[in-house]
Amino acid sequence: MAHRAARPGAQASSAPLVGREPEPTIFEVSVPGRRADAPRRTGVPSAPLEEIGPWLRSEPAALPEVSERDLVAHYTRLAARNYSVDLGAYPLGSCTMKYNPKFADDIAQSPGLARVHPATPESGVQGWLELLVELEEALCEITGMAAATLQPPAGAAGELTGLLMIKAYHRAQGRDPHAIIIPDSAHGTNPASVTLAGYEVRTVRSDDRGLVSLSDLERVVDDAVAGIMLTNPNTLGLFERDVERILELVHAVGALAYYDGANLNAIVGSVRPGDMGFDIVHSNLHKTFATPHGGGGPGAGPVAVRADLERFLPGPLPRRGDDGKLRWWWPPESIGNVHAFWGNALVLARAWGFLRYHGPEGLRRMSQVAVLNARWLQQRLSRVLPSAFAEPCMHEFVVSAKTLRDTTGVRAADVAKALLDRGFHAPTVYFPLIVDEALMIEPTETESPETLEALAAAFEDIVATSERDPAAITSAPHATPVGRLDEVGAARRPVLVWSDEDDGSD
Amino acid sequence: MGSFVPHTDDELAAMLADVGLEGLDELYEPIPARLRLGRELSLPHARAEAEVLEEIERLGSANRAARRDLVVFAGGGAFDHDVPAAVRALALQSAFVTAYTPYQPEVSQGVLQALFEFQTLVARLLGMDLANASLYDGAAATVEAVNLAVAATKRHRVVVSRGVAPRYRSAVATLGRPRGLEVVEVGVDETLATRFADVTGSASALVVAYPNAFGRLEDLRAARDAATALGALLVVVADPLACALVEPPGAFGADVVVAEGQSLGIPLSFGGPYLGLFTTRSAYVRLVPGRLVGATVDGEGRRGYVTTLRTREQDIRRERATSNVCTNQTLLAIWAAINLSWRGRQGMVDLARANYDAAHYLALRLEQLGVRVLGRPFVREFVVDLGVDAAEVRERLLEEGWLAGVLVPEEPTWVVLTATEARTKEEIDAFAERLAKEVR
Repeated sequence: MAHRAARPGAQASSAPLVGREPEPTIFEVSVPGRRADAPRRTGVPSAPLEEIGPWLRSEPAALPEVSERDLVAHYTRLAARNYSVDLGAYPLGSCTMKYNPKFADDIAQSPGLARVHPATPESGVQGWLELLVELEEALCEITGMAAATLQPPAGAAGELTGLLMIKAYHRAQGRDPHAIIIPDSAHGTNPASVTLAGYEVRTVRSDDRGLVSLSDLERVVDDAVAGIMLTNPNTLGLFERDVERILELVHAVGALAYYDGANLNAIVGSVRPGDMGFDIVHSNLHKTFATPHGGGGPGAGPVAVRADLERFLPGPLPRRGDDGKLRWWWPPESIGNVHAFWGNALVLARAWGFLRYHGPEGLRRMSQVAVLNARWLQQRLSRVLPSAFAEPCMHEFVVSAKTLRDTTGVRAADVAKALLDRGFHAPTVYFPLIVDEALMIEPTETESPETLEALAAAFEDIVATSERDPAAITSAPHATPVGRLDEVGAARRPVLVWSDEDDGSD
Repeated sequence: MGSFVPHTDDELAAMLADVGLEGLDELYEPIPARLRLGRELSLPHARAEAEVLEEIERLGSANRAARRDLVVFAGGGAFDHDVPAAVRALALQSAFVTAYTPYQPEVSQGVLQALFEFQTLVARLLGMDLANASLYDGAAATVEAVNLAVAATKRHRVVVSRGVAPRYRSAVATLGRPRGLEVVEVGVDETLATRFADVTGSASALVVAYPNAFGRLEDLRAARDAATALGALLVVVADPLACALVEPPGAFGADVVVAEGQSLGIPLSFGGPYLGLFTTRSAYVRLVPGRLVGATVDGEGRRGYVTTLRTREQDIRRERATSNVCTNQTLLAIWAAINLSWRGRQGMVDLARANYDAAHYLALRLEQLGVRVLGRPFVREFVVDLGVDAAEVRERLLEEGWLAGVLVPEEPTWVVLTATEARTKEEIDAFAERLAKEVR
């Protein structure tokens, strides 16, 4: 295709302004007696402290003492030392780091939503309950399900919620099978959630297509199996085309099928987990529906279910009464609450706005272009970094740097670090575990053809440099605020809190 | 049709041609045709952003918002505090908001250092050795504290005080019982303090709140003794603002201290996103759930920060991980850290004192009007027994612009009241007089 000149990505720090000198901690900026705050004058009289005399804190907590101006400089400098989606492309596989629309920031700050106390009686939160019901309905339509809880505050919390519902479902039938099947390509949260739910992990192997091996599945399925957790497209970015047969085998022993929505961004508006035969589905709103990731949260992981499982959902759920008013309703066999209140409500409101903005056609286009961008980049990179599996990818793909390592000594992690120097965030490395020297690349639909071209050129440059001067790559990054950090030392002698006697650098 | 896809139609056509396809639908050909939707999703049509925001305005006007429609006298883990403008502006910098989890430390020093400072601030406030980089909320942090105690003691019995917030207790039950935890509750006496004398047997954890959900300051020395007698870890669910004024749980030998961090400057937000604080003693560092940020150096000796002790985490340890948590509440952790620094050493004490003063003035006014106040000694929340159905009273007062406390599920005539630094003397006087009229 025809391109304008490839547009570079962005550097992770505004180096000329901020420099590469470390930013002192806020504790080092502190000056005794300095303050940023000023108290209100409310007219409330001071109350004697005798009542809590025996409990009084002997010494104030050693918090910093800074002016507001110093505080602003400190956190502005820290922000300048961080990469972000707003700065440039973030092809981090399985994380769906797409652009986060700014109008959603306005939603999250709207006083009619943000200033509502969670314990306000139902008559005072009709607007919120309406929003939650509409979001639940939209997520059910997108996933092909009947009802949903919006409480889980992240994907892993959704997984655990789903597994506890699987347990409740079996126990309601007087059964208690103890194993959950997980593919060897699954995210780490899947097995960790299985353990927390009191289940045992049974691993099913991938075959040479990169898909669940049907013969291995037949080996591990029996009536001790309570369910299967599947990501589709899977973590290799490949659609499990045998999904109907897989779920048939699982359903035949009375087990339930859980859809991990980590990769939902590939299929919105074109394929629905419910139509594939799944019983329980979580969505990561911070991936597919572009709520910002916040440096590692907050997220939201609503869990949708087929109609006969609604009775087990975490409560309460907003439901309309005969008088047309919305109320909190507890499903009859609810597993209980999984959040202190109603979930990450403002994240839910952002996702509601994203869905409203896109409408059905925009959502379908979103996923189609996510797939097209990945497919195009996969093909574009095939000469320098071949894909691990021959199948055409969906919204992401996994390449292997095995040949590069064998010929030059440059490993996947080195490629990732060198990409940071070239103004891009790195892909996910060494995952999934079944691919040697894996680099997992997910461009998302919001990156333009020029950016994809620039990203491809950066990869090509890294491979070419590796062949000529591998040390230049294995010593990367060079243009970042710090170089490679001593992670082994950090783990051997953990310094997890600042101490005024220990500057953490010895 | 709204979309954030930058491609023009010509660009899409060119890219499709590059990969040998004619239309976008062909991208889904690896998928069996009978699995494809074959129709448009049945969703409302696309709207311009201004229309979406107008709809939000309409929905928001159907809510009763604090300070706009309501004067709030309710806490229960969600307090109507002032949010400093600088804190909001700094926390909402797009480099923090739109970053991912700091998997590439060289380009994530901003988030990592902010989290390292957060860990330090929280550990100092709660009087503990170390803090993690956040969990979802107070309920999730309580559940994870129990998990740590079970792992540390290999015991499956957990004793939880009824002074712990009801929805935290039910979260422990929801998430603990399916994997075989026996959750036993211990009640409170007429002063609303936990009956530590009733605690017997052995357990992995004794969970108490400080101050408890009724506002009552618990005797953590007695709690420590009871936990020791059980062979259990002492888990304290603390109010971080109160801990600026009273001795923190760490001073009484608590093993794990968790908290809801909303009070550290996070807006009410209809209950989320909030912030789970998790702190413990160094001895348990390898059992800590979620992320930990540590200080280290790069090849040139420059100070830097990384996520560390990663072998505890789900992406490395999988089914043997200490927790399944991955995405947590980083942005809120940064928000709270900025707020703690803005408030500062004396400022946090003064803020806690302002809340103490306001709540005690409300209690005093109610007592002057003949209403009995329960739960002394308290810091900023206390119980009033209305003698009538409290839910109905709250409904009536809501219509008049008051949020009259939070309910107590086990005691339908009680409300738990609070007053923050934002309540004026006039508001408190008017509310006390209005509420007193409802009391039998």
